[in-house]
Amino acid sequence: MADEALFLLLHNEMVSGVYKSAEQGEVENGRCITKLENMGFRVGQGLIERFTKDTARFKDELDIMKFICKDFWTTVFKKQIDNLRTNHQGIYVLQDNKFRLLTQMSAGKQYLEHASKLTNFNIDVP
Amino acid sequence: MSRPAHGRPEYHKINKDLFVLTYGALVAQLCKDYEKDEDVNKYLDKMGYGIGTRLVEDFLARSCVGRCHSYSEITDIIAQVAFKMYLGITPSVTCNNSSRNEFSLILDKNPLVEFVEELPAGRSSLCYCNLLCGIIRGALEMVHLAADVTFLQDRLKGDSVTEIGITFLKKLDEKKYRRKK
Repeated sequence: MADEALFLLLHNEMVSGVYKSAEQGEVENGRCITKLENMGFRVGQGLIERFTKDTARFKDELDIMKFICKDFWTTVFKKQIDNLRTNHQGIYVLQDNKFRLLTQMSAGKQYLEHASKLTNFNIDVP
Repeated sequence: MSRPAHGRPEYHKINKDLFVLTYGALVAQLCKDYEKDEDVNKYLDKMGYGIGTRLVEDFLARSCVGRCHSYSEITDIIAQVAFKMYLGITPSVTCNNSSRNEFSLILDKNPLVEFVEELPAGRSSLCYCNLLCGIIRGALEMVHLAADVTFLQDRLKGDSVTEIGITFLKKLDEKKYRRKK
């Protein structure tokens, strides 16, 4: 097990590093978000490979989403997803009321913009 | 940005794979962004420095270590308390010179390289774990100790062990101390 404080600081530095080294216009056209998503995608891929090594094949999309909300989220963030909604047409909304990557930030509105940068990292889970 | 903990703080552990894979993704991204190994190494060191300056507060709050009286004591604490607390490993410490300001941390196990088989082609001088050097340097500077921290040996480069060298420089004058970004 590694310590959470170290990971949170690493994550913060990564996000601010990507934004600091962004060139003119990159922040606006979303290139920074793409970079973070790509890193998150890579991490998600690696994690899923390790976690599903011995699991049975998933029956359908809903099965996959249940796995992500329960097993995957618990292993990574030590809690389950609080709410899962779907329109049964391929769109799923996962709601986490106490997202670990953001709990260290204060609840004031001024940090809302920065908070969204932090969430982009882990969005892409295949 | 952080809000202070209320009541008894809980010290959370996270999934180690998440941390190791995140670090790997970071290094991979940096290798894409920078052509030269030296630039990647420098960037990792700078990032580590930023982390270290903040991590040391967390460390001092949780470990309750007393005031140290020698460089050797400090290095022992880094190896036996800090590394243990944050990475779950305990490197061994050796002193490299008679004036007792140069030390080495020998890492038997390095969790950061768990999924790394070898350095990418054309990246032979990449210091994959250079973040660690920056973290140690940043943490020491926040307690008014200037030090040079570099990798002396690296298993990923073919050496038999991974060795981090810490050279303590002249103690920073507390009154003139300015926090560097």
